Amino acid sequence: MSEVVLKTENLGISFGGLKAVDNVNIEIKRKQLYGLVGPNGAGKTTVFNLLTGVYQPTTGCFYLNGEKLTGKTQEQINHKGIARTFQNIRLFNNMSVIRNVLVGLHNQPEFKCNPFVSLLRLPRHFKVEKAMRERAKEILRIFDLEDERNNLACNLPYGKQRKLEIARALATNPKLLLLDEPAAGMNPHETEDLMNIIRRIRDEFDLTILLIEHDMKFVSGLCDEITVLNFGTVLAQGKTEDALNDPEVIKAYIGE
Amino acid sequence: MAKLKRIKISDYFCYLIVGAVMIGSFIVAQTGNLPRSYSNLLVQVAYSIILAVSLNLVVGFLGELSLGHAGFMCVGAYMGSYLAMQLSAVVDNKLIVLIVSMLAGGLLAAFFGLLVGLPALRLKGDYLAIVTLAFGEIVRTIFKNMSVFGKAMGLSTQSIKYDTRQDTSLYLVSFATVLVVLFLVQNLVRSKHGRAITAIRDNEIAAKAMGINVTFYKLFVFVIAAFFAGMAGVIYGHYTTPVLYSFFSYNYSIEILVMVVLGGMASINGSIIAAALITFINFQLQSHLSGDLAALKYLIYALILIVLVIFNNAPKLAPIKDKVSPKAMFEKIRAHKRKPGDIRGDKSDWRVIPTKIRMDEVLSVDLQQGNDYTPDKPNKGGN
Repeated sequence: MSEVVLKTENLGISFGGLKAVDNVNIEIKRKQLYGLVGPNGAGKTTVFNLLTGVYQPTTGCFYLNGEKLTGKTQEQINHKGIARTFQNIRLFNNMSVIRNVLVGLHNQPEFKCNPFVSLLRLPRHFKVEKAMRERAKEILRIFDLEDERNNLACNLPYGKQRKLEIARALATNPKLLLLDEPAAGMNPHETEDLMNIIRRIRDEFDLTILLIEHDMKFVSGLCDEITVLNFGTVLAQGKTEDALNDPEVIKAYIGE
Repeated sequence: MAKLKRIKISDYFCYLIVGAVMIGSFIVAQTGNLPRSYSNLLVQVAYSIILAVSLNLVVGFLGELSLGHAGFMCVGAYMGSYLAMQLSAVVDNKLIVLIVSMLAGGLLAAFFGLLVGLPALRLKGDYLAIVTLAFGEIVRTIFKNMSVFGKAMGLSTQSIKYDTRQDTSLYLVSFATVLVVLFLVQNLVRSKHGRAITAIRDNEIAAKAMGINVTFYKLFVFVIAAFFAGMAGVIYGHYTTPVLYSFFSYNYSIEILVMVVLGGMASINGSIIAAALITFINFQLQSHLSGDLAALKYLIYALILIVLVIFNNAPKLAPIKDKVSPKAMFEKIRAHKRKPGDIRGDKSDWRVIPTKIRMDEVLSVDLQQGNDYTPDKPNKGGN
């Protein structure tokens, strides 16, 4: 449990004169459920964008399992083992549910297939397609989406779209999963269900999970450690209970 | 797995229709009744299909607007034909010359595709369209000014041209090429790589986050499309003489795009039918309108296009369309095989129409800047 998976060092980015994220130091251990909370505009999603290579940090760097990933492209970072979901759902809307997951499986080494092999439909193509489909079904089963696999992603209800996005991210076989408000727009029953799924995938896939969430019940029920951000800087860090009861944090959320 | 192996007629529709035309006309030709003009038309249809299907890869599946497809055809036509002329001096067999030059012309066009694609595919939407448009114009101007290719007189391909009065085999070779192109394109779009390509079209940001190598796939599709366009160019070079720069104008690129749009984005069957239809209309107008009436060609052509587009899109005409379209018939056959809840088989949804490019937006002046793109929901949710 003590192995550090993600480590950020003085991570920061400024847009012009605005320091959107400044000096963020986070250490996440293996199989940990780590929360990133803060008021709107605190820079939580920006941290995610930094960690996935959407933005390049202006200061500091971050390491995954000791390997420096700063400066790599989104694709490279994904190959190294960081996958994410989006705050505003970004599914492949015009593709079926299973195909969304299949796109996630695209880069797995066991499903490597040269484009020219597919172009000529050599036996390898069929073998890979079949194996990918089986794997995708297994992943969908965890999220209870197997029966809907042939529906278009855009026709799913909101809660299931969120789950599908996690399933798709999981298909890329990440070591670290970044969930951006996974419970947003879900009813209490769905939230409960999601918490169980998150715990389950962490154990089954040996995952480390960093999540952004506004639902404090969700955060305190799931995460053992959190970081509270406000105006791009770290306000409090540590055990969930302690950090949430920090007077500074309460002040930032509900004022004095 | 039974589902995977189930053969759907609509998936093989394109081979069936192309094969049927090919065999049908071959039989007619054997009886000696195939008019010369029709074997000409068939060659035109064949290279139009190759062009439309390959452009559909870029526009319909990848979702990038390319207006320089005729430019790639131009490369193939000039360079491939030139090579064929050199080759025919050494090799006697006409077929081998054609096939070799087709491959070479395709490869050269693909090389140009790579050359243009590397810088251009960093651009998005309208900007890419402008760069590809410029490419098409630049290429044909270069060929126009090279003395090897006959300058403004064009490259005379008399020595390799198939004379349709004696030898009608060019349309057979062309149609065989169409079948090969269709086979490759269908395989590509139905593979994991096709999925990656449609994922890029659907949501580029998410595709990147899923580790899809967006640059590679964009380039790959661009190069493959250029390759096929080059092959079409070589067929053109064998069909007519001289190969003239003015044929590969901006208008021709647009005509190919019209075939794609009319047939439906990301619909290969549609592209085939639209390419055949438009070529046929053009051919008929050209042969029936002579003298002063020739000026009417574009007017009638435009009217036919407008009627077709309205027929395709008008909601009130939808019931009529549902009755006559082959797609509706396939749906009917499939409908009672389907379990409730299934919208469509997961194998078949590579045919889904919506695309990043909405033509009315591309063609209209007041583009809304900065709006996050949200794709249209497909209007075929139910049956």
